[in-house]
Amino acid sequence: MADRLRIAFHLNGIQTTREVFARVHLADFLRQEMGLTGTHLGCEHGACGACSVRLDGAVVRGCLILAVQVDGRSVDTIEGLSDAGELASLQGAFHRRNALQCGFCTPGMLLTAAELIERERRPDRRQIREYLSGNLCRCTGYHAIVDAVDEVCRDRDAGGAVC
Amino acid sequence: MKAPSVDYVKVFSLAEALDLLDQHGDRAALLAGGQSLMPMLNMRLAAPEVLIDINGLSDLATIAVTEAGTSIGALVRHVDLERSDEVRNRLPLVHMAVPWMAHPAIRNRGTFGGSIAFADPAAELPACCLALDANIQVANRSQTRTIAAADFFCGLYTTAIRPGEIVLGANFPMRQPNDRSAFAELARRHGDYALVGLAAHGRLNDSRLAGLNLVFFAIGATPVLARRAASILCREQVSRGLIAEAQDALKHDLSPDDSLNTSGDMKLHLARVLLGRVTSSLLNSTPL
Repeated sequence: MADRLRIAFHLNGIQTTREVFARVHLADFLRQEMGLTGTHLGCEHGACGACSVRLDGAVVRGCLILAVQVDGRSVDTIEGLSDAGELASLQGAFHRRNALQCGFCTPGMLLTAAELIERERRPDRRQIREYLSGNLCRCTGYHAIVDAVDEVCRDRDAGGAVC
Repeated sequence: MKAPSVDYVKVFSLAEALDLLDQHGDRAALLAGGQSLMPMLNMRLAAPEVLIDINGLSDLATIAVTEAGTSIGALVRHVDLERSDEVRNRLPLVHMAVPWMAHPAIRNRGTFGGSIAFADPAAELPACCLALDANIQVANRSQTRTIAAADFFCGLYTTAIRPGEIVLGANFPMRQPNDRSAFAELARRHGDYALVGLAAHGRLNDSRLAGLNLVFFAIGATPVLARRAASILCREQVSRGLIAEAQDALKHDLSPDDSLNTSGDMKLHLARVLLGRVTSSLLNSTPL
């Protein structure tokens, strides 16, 4: 039986130390060890995007990285980013546009959309769809999600709130 | 499902990685970006006893331009290829292919070396390596050797990498002013595995194509060079008739099997469509 390995990393800005088995992926670790259940688990093989988290500022699949690999790194989850207000504009637009129904995909959608908005000043709807193509939603048909992201980009372009 | 119990070692030097690989043999798996290995662990399609995490080998994470060409290290991530000015200017084929590779979150982690070592038949980078006549460097404890892309992809998920070897990266020949590249892919959803894809690279001399590599992927066990179609397109100045002839020749170059979602006939049809589009792009693409 493999031993537990000690990891020290920043979780939502807070220095955190734990011991983990190597086999445990980051999303399971966040949910089961850290109680951060906003990171969801859908397919566990990288197809659905529900487990999206930020690793050193870049969105990654929480199910496709081992918890032990975040030693010395920085992880941000939907809880930390939401509390920090970083996603407020997107969250408001998702609310106004009914861009969610069951909400299972929403944390991943928000993180991925936030990364697009950070990388592209004014993405068009095709770019929004492409960027979100790795996040599956079984409720909305995506249209309202694209509307919400588009709204945030247009507001920003018009000098509105920065998300 | 969940990954099986496994030991984990993070290495910080190539020598350390090669020693461990030598020591554990096929009981070890190299962990780079993990975007193919992790699903296999989670689904228990792979059950190595030890994972050797090579993400700390920062020497392998560089893109370098020399007189001999452009080299891409094994640990260069897809997102780095996507953003690199060197890649955009010197390897436009790779630059065009990257947005088709999976999804942004996967591209943030997945690595160049991982993609070519895994050799998924639907993957874009192996096809680009073959189209661009890349040379792939691998090392074991005692030596480094270079393998031409044409000799590297041997079969389904099978490469010329021998036990105890690690991919260091690949070198791409220096791009010439009249080189032309084009890329096209069809997938059910953007970022999904290709139904059929085509990476093409050649030269354009006075409206005539020469030295053309047409590499189809997701249509056989490995990336496939369509030699007959390429020789037809290089025979004379490209015309509608010549493209149609080359498209017809694809039935000799390719022999796609039926798959879950796509019949072989449909794949062949889609390959013809892509050849038409790509030929047009080659003729109209801008020089360096």
